[in-house]
Amino acid sequence: MAAPQVAPVETPDTDEVPVSDRPWVTIVWDDPVNLMTYVTWVLQKLFGYSREKAEKLMLDVHHKGKAVVSTGARERMEHDASQLHAYGLWATVERS
Amino acid sequence: MFRRQGDRYVATFAVDEVRVLRKVAAEVVGLLTDGFDHTDPVVGRLFPDAYPDDPAGTAEFRRYTEGDLKTAKIDQAGAVLAALPDSAGGEVRLDAEAAEAWLRALNDARLAMGVRLEIKDGTDLGEELDEAVAEDPTSSRVFQLSVYAYLGYLQESLLNALID
Repeated sequence: MAAPQVAPVETPDTDEVPVSDRPWVTIVWDDPVNLMTYVTWVLQKLFGYSREKAEKLMLDVHHKGKAVVSTGARERMEHDASQLHAYGLWATVERS
Repeated sequence: MFRRQGDRYVATFAVDEVRVLRKVAAEVVGLLTDGFDHTDPVVGRLFPDAYPDDPAGTAEFRRYTEGDLKTAKIDQAGAVLAALPDSAGGEVRLDAEAAEAWLRALNDARLAMGVRLEIKDGTDLGEELDEAVAEDPTSSRVFQLSVYAYLGYLQESLLNALID
């Protein structure tokens, strides 16, 4: 079958959340120095995560190069990033 | 190496260890005070860009967070200097708060040395050290690599004592 010659009418995707309403995320990146046990401990300490959850995030950082460790308002994420920097983790903020 | 004794975290250091720990903590303080320079990759690692693709956002973030972060890092290095014996070797006893300051300070020192030594993912410290020794056993790299490895063991022992 041939592709239709008429361009489909653009319909707005109502499921899509406008960019301005999407939450922000704090990301921790892999680095060659931080000890794995230390990263797990920091995530438990700062975010109150269970050991299991913190370990899973740490392994994501280790294997995938990065992991989202918290989600929310931009100011909150900047606070989280600066806390992570105080512990020496490599953290950045971006829109999810 | 650290071990737990009741609610204290205790380690006994030889005079050489005290000297090394004083030196690395003082170097971190120097880096954060007189030597503070954003173009230094070590400073870049201790104070990462919050928005790697947005220099204006990063600058704004720095304006609000950098002063406190710098003070916190100087204080935690200061906690190491304050707890160490003056010149001889001896025992260090830390409460939980001081132990956490030590953990963060040891981590900062390792991050700084890791940048200078160009430690990469998958760097085998034993191999690096063997190579450096083969090249020149008296080189500063041999010394720095040994200190870096030592700080890692020390940090891990303190972390294990805290988690126990």
